Amino acid sequence: MDGSSISEMSSILAMQGFAGISLFSVLLLMALGLAIIFGQMGVINMAHGEFMAVGAYTTYLCSHLVVTYMPGFQSYYFFFAVAAAFGVAFGIGYLVELGLIRFLYKRPLDTLLATWGLSLIMQQILRSTFGAREVSPTLPEWLLGSMHLTETIEIPINGLMVMGLTVFVTLGVFLLLHRSRWGLRVRATVQNRAMSGAVGINTGQVDRVTFALGCGIAGIAGAAFTTIASTGPTSGSQYIVDTFLVVVFGGAGSLLGTVASAFAIGETQSILEFFLNGSMAKVITLLAIVGILMMRPEGLVVSKVRR
Amino acid sequence: MTFSMQKLFGGRSGWVSIALLAVVILVVFPLAFDLFRLNLIGKYLTYAFVAIGLVTLWGYGGVLSLGQGVFFGLGGYAMAMFLKLEASDPESTKIQSTPGIPDFMDWNQITALPWFWEPFHSFTFTLLAILVLPALFAYFIGAAMFKRRVGGVYFAIITQAIALILTILIIGQQGYTGGANGMTDLKTLHGWDIRTDSAKYILYFLTGSVLISVIAGLRWMLSTKFGRLLLAMRDREDRVRFSGYDVANFKIFMFCVAAIISAIGGALFTLQVGFMSPSFVGIVPSIEMVIFTAVGGRMSLVGAVYGALLVNAGKTVFSESFPELWLLLMGGLFIAVVMFFPNGLAGLYEKHAAKLKTLAQRVLTRRAPTAPPPTSATVSTLAPEKSAASASGSRSAKRKGRVLTTEGSR
Repeated sequence: MDGSSISEMSSILAMQGFAGISLFSVLLLMALGLAIIFGQMGVINMAHGEFMAVGAYTTYLCSHLVVTYMPGFQSYYFFFAVAAAFGVAFGIGYLVELGLIRFLYKRPLDTLLATWGLSLIMQQILRSTFGAREVSPTLPEWLLGSMHLTETIEIPINGLMVMGLTVFVTLGVFLLLHRSRWGLRVRATVQNRAMSGAVGINTGQVDRVTFALGCGIAGIAGAAFTTIASTGPTSGSQYIVDTFLVVVFGGAGSLLGTVASAFAIGETQSILEFFLNGSMAKVITLLAIVGILMMRPEGLVVSKVRR
Repeated sequence: MTFSMQKLFGGRSGWVSIALLAVVILVVFPLAFDLFRLNLIGKYLTYAFVAIGLVTLWGYGGVLSLGQGVFFGLGGYAMAMFLKLEASDPESTKIQSTPGIPDFMDWNQITALPWFWEPFHSFTFTLLAILVLPALFAYFIGAAMFKRRVGGVYFAIITQAIALILTILIIGQQGYTGGANGMTDLKTLHGWDIRTDSAKYILYFLTGSVLISVIAGLRWMLSTKFGRLLLAMRDREDRVRFSGYDVANFKIFMFCVAAIISAIGGALFTLQVGFMSPSFVGIVPSIEMVIFTAVGGRMSLVGAVYGALLVNAGKTVFSESFPELWLLLMGGLFIAVVMFFPNGLAGLYEKHAAKLKTLAQRVLTRRAPTAPPPTSATVSTLAPEKSAASASGSRSAKRKGRVLTTEGSR
C-alpha cells in the first residue's frame, strides 16, 4: 500500500469517527430527557419518542410560518424554533404528568403500558394533523453544506450544529441538576420523598416540572433531528428502544453514565458500519449491549446511593 | 371426582368456564360464521396462545415480557421453513436459475441451500424445533437475567431489545429469511394442501382443540403448589427466597413454558394464514399481545382468550370503517385498562358476578337468603376465573361469617 491509500484510510476512519460522534450526540440528546425521567424519577415513558416528534413538528411549523410570513427572517429562525420546540414539549409533558403519570408512580410496569397507549394516541393525533407523509422544515442556508477540515476530510455542518447543541444542553442539564436550587429539590425528592415533603418541598410540583423538563429536552432533540432526517408520525417510535438501552446501559440515575454509554454505542455502531453492512452493525451493537447488560445489569456507572 | 372438582382445574366453576369456552370455540363459532370469518377467528386464537402464556408469566408470575413476539416468530418461522422447502421442490421451481431452493434465495443470488435450512426437510425435526428452540432461547435469556435478579422494568426493556434485534436480523438477512416480505406461497404440508376449504376447517378445529387442552394443562399446573409459589413470588419475592426456594429457576421455567406455548401459536398461525413475516415478531405486535392479556384479564386464562378475540375483532371492524379512530381507541384502551380495570374483563366479571347472582337469586325466589351473602368473595387463589361465592360461599359464610378475599393486589 502506498502513502495515499493509508491517508485515505485514515481520513475514512476520521469521517466514520465523526459520524460516530454525530450519532453519539443524537443518541445523547434523546437519552438525556429519558435519563432525567427514568433515571431520576423511575418513570418509564414509552411516549418519549413522540415528544421528540412533537419537537420536530413544531420546528416544521415554525419554518412554515417564517417562510410564509417573514421570509427575511429565514436565516435566524432556527434558534427560536428550538426554543419553541422545548416550550411546546414542556407544556404537553406537564399536562401528561398532571393527567396520567402521577397516578402510576408506584407501578412501573403499568406506567410502561399506559405511556405506550399514550404514544399510540399521540402518533395518531400527529398523523391526523400533519398527514402520514414525512415532512421537513426548510433549513437556513448556513446549516447546509459541509466544512473541509483537510483535503480529504469533509464534515457536514449540521452534524457540527447538533454536536454543539448537545454540548450546550448537557452542560445546561448538569448545571441545573447539580448547581441550582431547583436541582437540589429534585434530588432531594428522588432520594427521600417523605422527608422532602416534611421539609417543605412541594414534591408534586417538583415531579411535574422534572417530567416536563425531560419531555422538553426530547423536544429539543426532535428539533435537532430535523436537520438530519425528515419527520413522520412514526419517527418517534423508531428510536425509543435505542434510547432506553442507552439510559439503562449507562446506569439509570447517572448523567455521566448516559454520556459514556451514548458515546460507546455511537462509536461502536459507526465503526462497525464501515466494516459490515448497516443492519448487521446494528444487530451486533445491540447484541453487545444486551450481553453486557446481562452480565452487569446495573450499567456502566453505578449510583452509590442505597435505595 | 370431588377432589378434581374442588382442587384441580380451579374447582367446579373452573370446569364450567373451560367447558363454556370449548362450546363457544368448537360449536358456536363454526355454526355462526362463514369460512372467511372463521379463518380470521382461527388467526385470533393463535394470538390467544401468546396471551395465555403471558397470563401465567405476567399475571401469576409478575414478569412482564414485551418480547413474546420473538417466540411466536420462532415457532412460525420454523413451520414456514418446512412448508417453504416443501413448496420449493425442483419440480415447481423449474423457472428459477437454481431450482430446488426457495424463491427469495434465488432473487438474492444464493445458489445453494444454507446449512441451517437443511434439517427442516424433516417434519419431525420441525416439530422438535418448534418446541425446543424457543425453550432453549428462553432458557438462555432467562438464566442470564433471572439469576442476576434482573426483574421488572429492566427485563421488559431487554425483551424489547431482543425483539428489535430479531426483527432487524430477519429483515436484514433477506437472502436467508425472506426479509421484510417474509416467507410466502406456502402450499402443502406433507402433500396435504393447506389452502383448501376443508383444510381450513380442519386447521381451525385443530387450533381450537389444542388451545383448550393447553388451557386445561396450564390450569392444572397453576392449581398445584407451583401456582401458589408463582403468586407468592409475584407478591413478595424475597420472602419466597428466604423460605428456601430458588426463585430464579421457577421464573426461568415459567418463561420457557410461555415461550413454548407462544411458539405453538406461531406454528398454527403459519398453517392457517399461509405465510410468516417479521411484522409479527417485533416490538409492536409483542406489546399488542400484552394488551390482549390485559384486556381479557391477566389473572384469567379463559379471559385472555376472550380478550384476544375481542381486541382483534375490534381491530378488524374499526380499521375497516374508522382507520383513524382505531389507534386512538387502542391507546385509550391501554390507558383505561391500566388505570381503571387492571384485572381486565375477567376481573370486572368477578367483582360484579357475585352481586348479580345473589340479586338474581333474590328476585327469583322472592325471599331473603338465610346467610348474608359475602360482598366480594373469591374463595381460592386457584380459581379467579369465576367467583365460587354462590356455590361454596354461603356454606362457609354460615360457618365463618366472613370469606377471605384474595382479589388481585394489582
